[in-house]
Amino acid sequence: MFNYTIRRLFLAIPTLFFISLIIFLLLDLAPSDPTANLPLTIPPEVREKIRQSLGLGEPIHIRYLLWCKQFFINEPLNIMEQWFGWDIAGDRLRVLSWQTRSPVVDLIVQRTPQTLWVVGMSYVVGVLIALPIGIISAYRQYSWFDQVGTFISMIGFSVPTFFTGVLMIVVFSVWLGWFPSIYDTTHQVTDWASFWQQIRQMVMPVAVLALFNAAQISRFMRASMLDNLNQDYVRTARAKGLGERTVVLVHVLRNSLIPVVTVIALGVPQVFGGAIITEQVFKVNGLGQLLIISIQGGDLPTVQTLTFIFAFLIVLFNLIADVLYGVLDPRIRYD
Amino acid sequence: MTDIAVNSLANARPPRSQWLDFWEQFRTHRGALFGMTFFLFVLLIVFVGPYLWTLDGQYIDIRARNQGPSLAHPFGTDQLGRDTLSRLMAGGQVSLAVGITAMALSLLLGTLIGVMAGYFKRLDGLLMRLTDLFLALPLLPLLLVIIMLFRDTLRTAFGPETGIFILMVFVIGITSWMQTARIVRGDVLAIKEREFVLASRSIGTPSRRMITRHILPNVLSPIMVSATLGIANAIITESALSFLGLGFPSDFPTWGRLLFDSTDYLQQYPERVLWPGLAISLTVLSVNYVGDGLRDALDPRIRGR
Repeated sequence: MFNYTIRRLFLAIPTLFFISLIIFLLLDLAPSDPTANLPLTIPPEVREKIRQSLGLGEPIHIRYLLWCKQFFINEPLNIMEQWFGWDIAGDRLRVLSWQTRSPVVDLIVQRTPQTLWVVGMSYVVGVLIALPIGIISAYRQYSWFDQVGTFISMIGFSVPTFFTGVLMIVVFSVWLGWFPSIYDTTHQVTDWASFWQQIRQMVMPVAVLALFNAAQISRFMRASMLDNLNQDYVRTARAKGLGERTVVLVHVLRNSLIPVVTVIALGVPQVFGGAIITEQVFKVNGLGQLLIISIQGGDLPTVQTLTFIFAFLIVLFNLIADVLYGVLDPRIRYD
Repeated sequence: MTDIAVNSLANARPPRSQWLDFWEQFRTHRGALFGMTFFLFVLLIVFVGPYLWTLDGQYIDIRARNQGPSLAHPFGTDQLGRDTLSRLMAGGQVSLAVGITAMALSLLLGTLIGVMAGYFKRLDGLLMRLTDLFLALPLLPLLLVIIMLFRDTLRTAFGPETGIFILMVFVIGITSWMQTARIVRGDVLAIKEREFVLASRSIGTPSRRMITRHILPNVLSPIMVSATLGIANAIITESALSFLGLGFPSDFPTWGRLLFDSTDYLQQYPERVLWPGLAISLTVLSVNYVGDGLRDALDPRIRGR
């Protein structure tokens, strides 16, 4: 198992480099000019200098390697310096955003807490809703609870988040006025009143994403429980005289959680991607919104770095899911 | 008299065609039947409706702006006085056309790569690594980036509407074939080992005919299931892109674009977001139900239960 993990880690490195190369080439192939939006009165030689200062003068392979050096060597060193208070080598070239002229990683660090709060919370809530629903639906298959649950989960993943989000805004903030429609990121939690305010503004985005996640996970949970409920070992457990509670919640649940756990792990990076839309609906200025702004502003270093981070998350969680599968299920042997 | 004759004929030779079995099973899934009816209904409204409801969705009647539902405009009008019903129908045409074309492209790619990887051992490793690589790409960010970067080029090349249409179909198709490819490859690998394939190889059938005559018809069922899921996925992706403002231009409505435009008037006219949103949601829901029914009907383990 350990060997397998190590092997997979080594395989992940070239994959990530290849993905970063693809993203880089894609951005570079594009016929867009970062100086195109500047005033026309700027003389061509100045324009050329601006391009040079953005690092566009070099040939493409140099620029790619430079980005790699900045992202894979300089930025981790910077982070380590900040964490441990080291001072290794003073000034290093960092990946700079074209829009704000500040390091991209700093922008990302600023934006991450909002995304993690909203998205992370919604994923946790989604999982917590989905598991009991899946278990009960499977145990009472074709009961009214199962019918309703299946229908709601079908709705949950058919109705796109940008419609549920807008619908919730219409109902709960326009008509009822219960929750604010815009997520205020400058809000500081200092006392109970501001904490309550924070909860109120988080309810809608979290609910929208949680519904979407719960819909998918509860379907997996139900299917996996159904697979296990008909197995022979369940009959054996019942024949031994174990209580129904023990049979379902210990024997069946533990076995059927194995594939569900991997599905939950695989879903994490997709949630970050899907949150782009929800963040846009509720005006949460998290990572997704940063990506949209940089895309609209033609800010290629930020887009490149953010997209790569999304790709990194996908590769990482794929790896985690595979390893978890092997750890949880002793029947799986990778060697 | 004729009834009896038909009945006795049916009794004498019970129809055991695979498709009839499939239809029998499909019919028992109420949600799937309802979904299919609804989807056909939407198709009918969207593609035939404009011939009956002849108001032009682009016609600006500024004096009739921001109206609620009335006889002249059953779904009201927007901020420029354009009729919402005809805009919904026009938008539906684009959304459904993008959905179906993108699905066809992704099925074509997925089936091609899946069959190639499953049938030719030499290509297997390479093609499956490619599939894994595509699965590791962050799709929504990449879609946004591709559209932002290539929108203007394609617009000048093919005109504003066709250019975006081609771009949309292309990017959605090229980023959603992976699941189909994996499923098809798995099925092809299993079918390749069957006796009838061996038999037909022994009489010297060339690979090309082997694939088209023997392999493809047998992997049709997973392809059909992914087709329905593909339509749902493509419709949602297209609306999401339009909703983020990176899809079709405003004067060329799609359901996602209509929803996006209505959110500006959320405070004053909240009912306006309802129609395009409901159209997207119900269409996707019905397609997903059809997919569910198809999967149940095509899965021999469930059949007859």
